[in-house]
Amino acid sequence: MELFVFTCASIMVLVGALGVIFRKHPVHAALSLVLTLFGIAVLFVAQSAEFLAAVQVIVYAGAIVILFLFVIMLLGVDKAEDLRVEPLASQRWIAALVGVGMVGLLSAAVVSSADVLRVRGDGIADPVAGDNPDANIEQLANTIFSDYVFAFEITSVLLVVAVVGTVMLARRRTGKGLA
Amino acid sequence: MLSLVIAPTTTWYLVLAAVLFTIGAMGVLVRRNPLVMFMCIELMLNAVNLTFVSLGRAMADINGQAIVFFVMVVAAAEVVVGLGIIVSIMRRRSGINVDDLAELKG
Repeated sequence: MELFVFTCASIMVLVGALGVIFRKHPVHAALSLVLTLFGIAVLFVAQSAEFLAAVQVIVYAGAIVILFLFVIMLLGVDKAEDLRVEPLASQRWIAALVGVGMVGLLSAAVVSSADVLRVRGDGIADPVAGDNPDANIEQLANTIFSDYVFAFEITSVLLVVAVVGTVMLARRRTGKGLA
Repeated sequence: MLSLVIAPTTTWYLVLAAVLFTIGAMGVLVRRNPLVMFMCIELMLNAVNLTFVSLGRAMADINGQAIVFFVMVVAAAEVVVGLGIIVSIMRRRSGINVDDLAELKG
């Protein structure tokens, strides 16, 4: 069963990712990105990371892609790019070569180190096997709010800084006021 | 019945994440539209998230999922700031080509 889920989700992920690269129109690329993000969410569920799958759908497929679409529409840059023009000579061949090399090296490293993988942690609660359907959320919350509570607080500061900075960047400068 | 016999191992997930990361890197190298380049950065971040979750399950360690949570938050902040910069640049010029943005070159 997991093989079936993995195969379908992998096809979703790879087709979406290739669509992001090869579609000329930025809106089509953004919609292909949604396909990839949903595929990643399915793979999260298949690996018993239910909370992260929900966050993936809400934050990535919901918020971030909508933000991309808003910017595409608001800027009016939604005209198709001519992909036949190659700005730098032979850049694509070199990029393809780098890509093949990167896949080869990463895959070789992963496959050759497969037997190094072993259980080191305290175990992940499996909501499907156990009788507690909230096990994943509870375990993740226990970790984030105990071990990572300082990082969590810093993250909130980061979000506030990002919001204020974006407002300052995107506003129109009118009048002779500050900034 | 075949699907009951063969179960995908962690290596399968890691190889898939490697392929996804490479596709994202290729997009950053090849495309010229800054919005599409940002989408490719999102692809790379998602590949790394998938790697974290897979290794977390293989090592039975919940810290992998905790890291992914923070990566998602930072990715959201990064997209917000990046799109703000793109909007403020595109307001002054009409083109959507990153090759034209060379003002900072010394």
